[in-house]
Amino acid sequence: MTARIGVITFPGSLDEGEAARAVRRAGGEPVALWHAERDLRGADAVILPGGFSYGDYLRCGAIARFSPVMTEVAAAAKAGLPVLGICNGFQILCEANLLAGALIRNAGLHFVSRDVRLRVENGGTPWTRAYPPGQEITVPLKSGEGAYVAEAGALEALEAGGQVVVRYLDNPNGSALSIAGVCNEAGNVVGLMPHPEYAISELTGPGADGLGFFSSAVSVLVGA
Amino acid sequence: MTAPDTVTRAAASPDQPQPYAELGLTRAEYERIRQLLGRRPTDAELALYSVMWSEHCSYKSSKVHLRQFAEKAPPSDALLAGIGANAGVVDIGGGYAVTFKIESHNHPSYVEPHQGAATGVGGIVRDILAMGARPVAVMDSLRFGPAGAGDTRRVLSGVVSGISFYGNCLGLPNIGGELAFDACYAGNPLVNALCVGVMRHGDLKLATADGPGNKVILLGSRTGPDGIGGASVLASATFGGDGGHSAKRPSVQVGDPFLEKLLIECCLELYRGGLVVGIQDLGAAGVACATTELAAAGTGGMRVRLDAVPLRDPALGPPEILMSESQERMMAVVEPASVPGFLAVCAKWAVPATVIGEVTGSGRLEMTWHGETVVDIPPGTAADQGPVYSRPLARPGWQDKLAADDPAALPRPSGASGLRAALLSMLGSPGLADTAWVTEQYDRYVRGDTVLAMPEDGGLIRVDEETGLGVALATDGNGRYALLDPYAGAQLALCEAYRNVAVTGARPLAVTNCMNFGSPEDPAVMWQFAEAVRGLADGCAVLGVPVTGGNVSFYNQTGEAAIQPTPVIGVLGVHADVRLRLSIGFATDGARIMLLGRTAPEFGGSAWAHVLHAHIGGRPPRVDFDAERALARVLADAAASGVACAAHDLSDGGLAVALAESCLRGGLGCQVRLPGDAFTYLFSESAGRAIVAVRPGVEAEFEQICAAHAVPALAIGTVGGPCLEVEDSFTISLAELAGVHRGALPAILS
Repeated sequence: MTARIGVITFPGSLDEGEAARAVRRAGGEPVALWHAERDLRGADAVILPGGFSYGDYLRCGAIARFSPVMTEVAAAAKAGLPVLGICNGFQILCEANLLAGALIRNAGLHFVSRDVRLRVENGGTPWTRAYPPGQEITVPLKSGEGAYVAEAGALEALEAGGQVVVRYLDNPNGSALSIAGVCNEAGNVVGLMPHPEYAISELTGPGADGLGFFSSAVSVLVGA
Repeated sequence: MTAPDTVTRAAASPDQPQPYAELGLTRAEYERIRQLLGRRPTDAELALYSVMWSEHCSYKSSKVHLRQFAEKAPPSDALLAGIGANAGVVDIGGGYAVTFKIESHNHPSYVEPHQGAATGVGGIVRDILAMGARPVAVMDSLRFGPAGAGDTRRVLSGVVSGISFYGNCLGLPNIGGELAFDACYAGNPLVNALCVGVMRHGDLKLATADGPGNKVILLGSRTGPDGIGGASVLASATFGGDGGHSAKRPSVQVGDPFLEKLLIECCLELYRGGLVVGIQDLGAAGVACATTELAAAGTGGMRVRLDAVPLRDPALGPPEILMSESQERMMAVVEPASVPGFLAVCAKWAVPATVIGEVTGSGRLEMTWHGETVVDIPPGTAADQGPVYSRPLARPGWQDKLAADDPAALPRPSGASGLRAALLSMLGSPGLADTAWVTEQYDRYVRGDTVLAMPEDGGLIRVDEETGLGVALATDGNGRYALLDPYAGAQLALCEAYRNVAVTGARPLAVTNCMNFGSPEDPAVMWQFAEAVRGLADGCAVLGVPVTGGNVSFYNQTGEAAIQPTPVIGVLGVHADVRLRLSIGFATDGARIMLLGRTAPEFGGSAWAHVLHAHIGGRPPRVDFDAERALARVLADAAASGVACAAHDLSDGGLAVALAESCLRGGLGCQVRLPGDAFTYLFSESAGRAIVAVRPGVEAEFEQICAAHAVPALAIGTVGGPCLEVEDSFTISLAELAGVHRGALPAILS
């Protein structure tokens, strides 16, 4: 079978094309999903891409979480569907309470666009299975509101439960505990601020370190 | 609400005083409008003419000079649309065409830096969209007052945050540009934004309103009171010496990048569906400009119901609606049968769209307000037949004295320690320092096709993933050179941009330009402008790259003090295979470093004289177009054959700065031996030069390429090690170079 991975377009999404390209590069079949439709088109997994959904008005991700497609995403995520939120997608997943915590303005207040070093702390999720735990990777970060925060108790629970998926080696935005990405308790929902879909080739990115997120899902879905 | 000034009323009250001077029109221009109409204009007509005949929209002072770009244009079969269209369109092969243009947003960016710069990006992006292309990248050429000055921090931080906010949200990678500082730009910052778009050949759209009966649709933002008079009272006048920027703040537009992103996707879907006959973006002069230009370029007539224009502020009347520069708006001409389909696409993207009129065969542009006619003019009189001035020009009296002030008389660094200290001073100076503080606020990755971006010499975007076809872009300008000699200065800017495109391995194809000058009413400024235009036109003719479009920004002066003449030149090139691109970075251990071109002791206007001595005088470097062309061919061959592994153009700061930048970019040091006077080789800014790192083992092949194009090439050293080492002179570790180069701007700006 071919892994069919849905990629949602919200108004203001920017990175859906690159997420789809990364899915293809990993051997999967991207399925275009539209924010206004309550339909996942039978996708085996779903990616919420980066961008500025609804202009990030009110608060990043705060409006997108109410779009019709998110009703389906939330239900499917609870039933175990692999879901990946990248950057704005991560913000939407936090707003939808599918992931713990929130993303606030970067320390330093500026948009930060640079290649960052990450350590994969949890190689057991459907999105990180291709990485041996502890592997260090280089992936672009590009966000203005990328500082991860959560209540102290929640942070402890994330650490204790192995829910910190990726961590910055050199914290670029003031994230709590240098957290770059987390997962839910079940591990099927993953969100991160850096952009693995922009690290799939030497030509247009810092390398191909990010491809593992997509090949992980493809191999999980085809049962390899 | 007071009753609108109608055509009937205007005819009946010929002597009613009108505020033409407040709107920026001269007495003679006002009389000309009366003569053209055979009556006094209505308030709405007066507003319309005032913005259409403004310097910004009509090019009335520059037109007589700009003609040379067409008259002297080299033969080129790559041009699908040229000057006069919203942006030039260039054939790059493979069925693809690209369109690109650079435009200034200088005045708004001083008054309100964040919104001024943001809407500068928004405006140039709509220009590209209006040609039928998908915008794929932006660049920004920025100039500010002294880096340490408090007002510079206000302006620079605001400009950068505006570009970051708008461009990032729009999803367009920012792939390069310039950052320069000079006291002359305090109070008159230059913010020039470039956009490039890609389309298939058949997708070209033109701004014409053809076919009587076709509908005129306004789509995008509602019209508000922002930016009224932006083109006339703001962009076409100098600031008073009293810091009058806050009083002009309402003339600055306010941007909504989210709506612009929707507008882009909406328009591209409309184009794909064949639902558009003609389209024009709304920029300077808003509805006034779009209606007159569409009508004048098309069948010639148009009827518009101004009361149908959706408003953000119900108090606006016809003059304000015509002059408003509210952002994120486009005007389309649509066949009646296509209107339902058109509106359905707009609804899908939640873009408001309203039918506001139709094309007619009357030859008149007629506008009504609740049934009464408030505008009735031949559209060509506003769009094409504005005033044209041959303004007096005079070579400034101080020009000769400036040329005689030769930097040869300046004390030069003596010995190894002096040369070392000079290099470090230059690398840590604001104009040569690492720009990451600025560029890390821009998304360079979005869309996934960015192959090269700053701090590379040129930006490079992949167009076709299968074949590797791509486009390279660079913008360059040097106010110091242009002050010393505006003719040569414009040509040096052209040469540098041409070279910066060539070092990526691309073939330069076409030129856009943004001419930033002081007041055209000053004969000295007008002379500088005329010389720069003549220089650029002559240079483009020799290099074989046509000017496809551009923009003139006058009145960059406060009181009597004009900026340095600053022609900013953008060059576009085609890259046959972006996988073979060259970076500036030294990353291959053992690569041979070759210095290409001739080095002469040329220090007039140089970074060395500027940074070390605050000196400007003498002659700028000599221009040699044959050498530039030959160098570009060597670089293209060296990239295509794979013998080169890095290449970097030599410009500001000469060889010394270029070597340091290549070491820092690639992470490897180098050892070089200079073939003559160390000071001259390190800091001269002779044009037509580049360094190339050649892969170990293929040196002979590279030398053959140089010989074939008769380009002088000297082997000056080798890549490797942790230091930049100049034999028999000095050594600087990469760590020390990095500390100085990367630390400078954060120390000043953070």
